[in-house]
Amino acid sequence: MSVEIWTILLVIISFLIYTYIGWRSRVQDSKGFFVAQQGVPAIANGAATAADWMSAASFISMAGLISFLGYDGSIYLMGWTGGYVLLALLLAPYLRKFGKYTVPDFVGDRYYSNIARLVAVVAAIFVSLTYVAGQMRGVGIVFSRFLQVPVEVGVIIGMVIVGFFAVLGGMKGITWTQVAQYFILIIAYIIPAVAIAWILTGNPIPQVAFTFSDIVQKLNAVQVDLGFQEYTQPFANKSMLDILFITIALMVGTAGLPHVIVRFYTVPNVRAARYSAGWALLFIALLYTTAPAMAAFARYNLIDSLHNHTLEEVRQLDWVKKWENTGLLTLEDKNGDELIELTPDKETNEITIDRDIIVLSTPEVAKLAPGVIALVAAGGLAAALSTASGLLLVISSSVAHDIYYRMINPHASESTRVMVGRVMVGLAIAIAGYFGINPPGFVAQVVAFAFGLAAASFFPVIILGIFDKRTNREGAICGMVVGLIFTSIYIIGIKFYAMTPWFFGVSAEGIGTVGMFLNFVVTLIVSRLTSPPPLEVQEMVKMLRTPGS
Amino acid sequence: MNQNKRRAYWRANTNLIVNLLIVWGAVSLLLGIFLVIPLNSISLGNLPLGFWIAQQGSIFVFVALIFIYAIQMDKIDRKYK
Repeated sequence: MSVEIWTILLVIISFLIYTYIGWRSRVQDSKGFFVAQQGVPAIANGAATAADWMSAASFISMAGLISFLGYDGSIYLMGWTGGYVLLALLLAPYLRKFGKYTVPDFVGDRYYSNIARLVAVVAAIFVSLTYVAGQMRGVGIVFSRFLQVPVEVGVIIGMVIVGFFAVLGGMKGITWTQVAQYFILIIAYIIPAVAIAWILTGNPIPQVAFTFSDIVQKLNAVQVDLGFQEYTQPFANKSMLDILFITIALMVGTAGLPHVIVRFYTVPNVRAARYSAGWALLFIALLYTTAPAMAAFARYNLIDSLHNHTLEEVRQLDWVKKWENTGLLTLEDKNGDELIELTPDKETNEITIDRDIIVLSTPEVAKLAPGVIALVAAGGLAAALSTASGLLLVISSSVAHDIYYRMINPHASESTRVMVGRVMVGLAIAIAGYFGINPPGFVAQVVAFAFGLAAASFFPVIILGIFDKRTNREGAICGMVVGLIFTSIYIIGIKFYAMTPWFFGVSAEGIGTVGMFLNFVVTLIVSRLTSPPPLEVQEMVKMLRTPGS
Repeated sequence: MNQNKRRAYWRANTNLIVNLLIVWGAVSLLLGIFLVIPLNSISLGNLPLGFWIAQQGSIFVFVALIFIYAIQMDKIDRKYK
């Protein structure tokens, strides 16, 4: 069977599984729709959180990014995992104990203010919308590359599938499909990684092969020969300070992303929230410790099979022909010496590789069966759809629960609330799909926003809401506003107005760290200068701090 | 639960959190970034140690820290029940 037939088959089978789970998990009540009846076991929530968190970017692009950045790629590895320690120790158990439905719920109740609630709602919607547009685009790209379907058709198919289980099952439907999606995406990631580790080093475990084989040493030597820095050389692309700030911003941003936080509202009790954070990171670590191994192997293998060979020679490789056709790999013998060469200089470099190729081409490079290549397509779709569905639910609950039920119509009946929730999911899917088909030029640039804004807005006010009884409404609102404004101006200035990164050269991706510190400082100072929170709020904080659920 | 017991429980919890976060910051930010160059003169297997911590070791430590917290909190929960 050809790769195309395999791909169609596997994609259809995986979609049927999601649809079946969605149908089995349909719900009628608001507790089921927004927090899966708080009945998700810790380990299942761990798998769902892992799928929720690992997006199309983690699955398709991250290994490629690392393979071009070498050591400096560690910002993604540490940044996108280290946040779970903060989440597990500082946020998840208390938010579960608080026991309502959303992040703005906590902010609004703890700071006894609908203004604080509204600021949180706006930040949650903004962060989730920028993020979800990229996921729908990812769905379209996987379809177009593996099945030669136009991107638009791919996006619409993805919208219909997500729409089905998210509208019917809400959080419950999303949770159980995410569990299934985790297994598909991790198997799809691990098999090619094991195969390439085995072929290059004779050791099938990527993490072990990465550490104990001589591939990275050989890669270092080759890089130096070609005029690049060593692969393991720190700070080749960014300064130490910048790496430090970006890593912290990604960690704190991860802990502050609403679609990750709400997953911990769905478990039965506080204890389960603690353990499920551990399971989540364990499941994530499977992919995140494999990615750097794959990055180094793939880079070594690409240089080895392309550099200093003749064009005719490399074009005999099937995968070279295929990826040249997509335009993601370009080979050009600029100096006419019949050999193609990789160099750090744009003028003389004859091999251009798109970072997405690293993961997508590995199965072909390793000459795996067509079934495995198809599995990678299904895995990429699982990663994109699972993240998209989690984000869509945050957008829906922000409007249906936080704005409609908590602020406009507190007497709304159960059925009305669920109905509004379903309609909002549908609307959010339509908007996400529109952005997926017509990606605004700024999408790539606003990814930094999602993390920076989550770090500068939610993280400090939630932490202080739990750990500092004295923090009050005035402090929290001022802190969030200052954090948001500072971070937005810096990012917009750099990305759109060519502003120089005046804060010690810290790039837009890392400025959320500064925004977070500003938020902490402003919140603490303003809280001390104004009156303490009312007694019932102080009682609530006391309740959050006592054992038991 | 009385006032004193509640305070003691909270103190036990925050002490545990602080200790684990010190390890968290030391491994990732201190060893993985700040001291990566001196650490790279040592090797682990065939990788420079600092590079290995940044791309592998720190992630293993993060997973361990969360499970240590959950298990220790079970003990503290039982003690102050």
